Amino acid sequence: MATIKERQEVLVEEFEFFDEWMDKYNHIIEMGKSLDALPEEKKNDDLLVQGCQSKVWLHAEKNGENVRFQADADAIIAKGIVAMLIDVFDNQPAKEVAAADLGFLEEIGLKDHLSPTRANGLMSMIKQMKFYALAFAG
Amino acid sequence: MSYDVQAIRQQFPILNQEIHGRPLVYLDNAATAQKPIAVIDAISDYYLNYNANVHRGVHTLSQRATDAMEAVREDVRAHINAAETAEIIFTRGITDSINTIAFGMGALVKKGQNIVITAVEHHSNIVPWQMLCQRTGAELRHLPMNEHGEVVLDGIEEIIDQNTAMVAFNHISNALGTINPVEAILERAQKVGAWTLVDGAQSGPHAKVDVRAWDVDFFTLSSHKMYGPTGLGVLYGKRERLEALPPYQGGGEMIATVTLEESTYAGLPHKFEAGTPHIEGIIGFGAALKYINEVGIEAIAAHEKELLEYATQECSEIEGFRVIGDAKNKASVLSFVVDGTHPYDLGVLLDQQGVAVRTGQHCTQPIMDAFCIDGTARASFAMYNTKEEIDLFKAALEKAVTMLR
Repeated sequence: MATIKERQEVLVEEFEFFDEWMDKYNHIIEMGKSLDALPEEKKNDDLLVQGCQSKVWLHAEKNGENVRFQADADAIIAKGIVAMLIDVFDNQPAKEVAAADLGFLEEIGLKDHLSPTRANGLMSMIKQMKFYALAFAG
Repeated sequence: MSYDVQAIRQQFPILNQEIHGRPLVYLDNAATAQKPIAVIDAISDYYLNYNANVHRGVHTLSQRATDAMEAVREDVRAHINAAETAEIIFTRGITDSINTIAFGMGALVKKGQNIVITAVEHHSNIVPWQMLCQRTGAELRHLPMNEHGEVVLDGIEEIIDQNTAMVAFNHISNALGTINPVEAILERAQKVGAWTLVDGAQSGPHAKVDVRAWDVDFFTLSSHKMYGPTGLGVLYGKRERLEALPPYQGGGEMIATVTLEESTYAGLPHKFEAGTPHIEGIIGFGAALKYINEVGIEAIAAHEKELLEYATQECSEIEGFRVIGDAKNKASVLSFVVDGTHPYDLGVLLDQQGVAVRTGQHCTQPIMDAFCIDGTARASFAMYNTKEEIDLFKAALEKAVTMLR
């Protein structure tokens, strides 16, 4: 199974294919559309990630040593971004998720491209995922 | 002379740039308007040639700065037809203006009285009154709105009654663009002897207001929405009302005498202008007012009306496009949702194509709740926008919607 690092490399390669940011956004949107929606009953306020401009729900559960993530968002770009994070982190060892370095966000250019408020939202998503992983690893 | 939008655009250097490789289409004017060269030059001129603190100095620069600032007070007085310059107070903005009144009324309002606003207010004309009601035990009421985003006057006689201390409402809604029936609301308020405040945040750049024709007690304007600098507002108040209110903030400039035990306050307008004023802002705002009047506020309003109608008609061709707030009387704001898309996503993809709009709740959560939506995207127009820009906006919106569905 691919490691967190390998999964990031695949994403970076996918994005290298696009020169224009509109095309990169299109890819993010497509990833958002492909992410399985959370069932309505799971979209409760306890799962909302604080600090996002749109609503992002994040659900995590333990799977042996690993951690499984599910997420949804009311805005599709936010959903696409969380889908990328799930792509990297889902069903990985909790310890590694907690310790992971997400260099791909810089390589893709997403971190620099987002407005400060949206970048904060992205950081909040990552923080929340690592928080769950840390709890499960302990 | 016909309206020469290209000549006007020349006066706004910021418009001539690309965003993400596309020409900037700036349609976030209800949030803040861009500044003409005249305003930027007036501020530069102040700092290059006569920066000094006002009112206190005997030296020449201080006198020049004071004269320039006080000349703007007179220009504002003339612009809104106030009776005297002492009734024109410079504040930090509309929020500050409304808080000044709401704070001061704390000394006058009693339990059993009520304050009336409308369902289409900005948070800045809701929260200060809620705070006043918490302090005094007064009741906060509102005139409701209908599905078009228009204030409903049915039942106004029960809502505004003998116990109404203040009726405060906006001239034009920032979230919907609705032009409120100012005269009808004022008439009822005046009949029961209530104080009145009209928030001119959105009307300042589009409509000429005569405060004495309205016979309104308080009226407030925002410089930065009228092509002037940020951080400056105007509060007009009738002399007798301003004199009845205690000052909001204490400090320098607002006093007559100070001992370590007690102080007496300065007369109007200084009583409400504690501290060094926003001198550069006031001077810049003077230049903005002059510019608006040179172009002509009626001509600007007519141009914007044409843009609003064109944009509404063009965008309505997009499947699922819904205008939020389709009042009969509207000014230069097109608030909308597109079925199957989220306003934030539209905002991001429009920005990628050079188009600046506002997305979200526009500081009007109660309005969004009433329409059962989380927010809207809002395009708002100013004197320098063109039909060609609306074509670019529409094309960008179509592309965004295609990507998102």
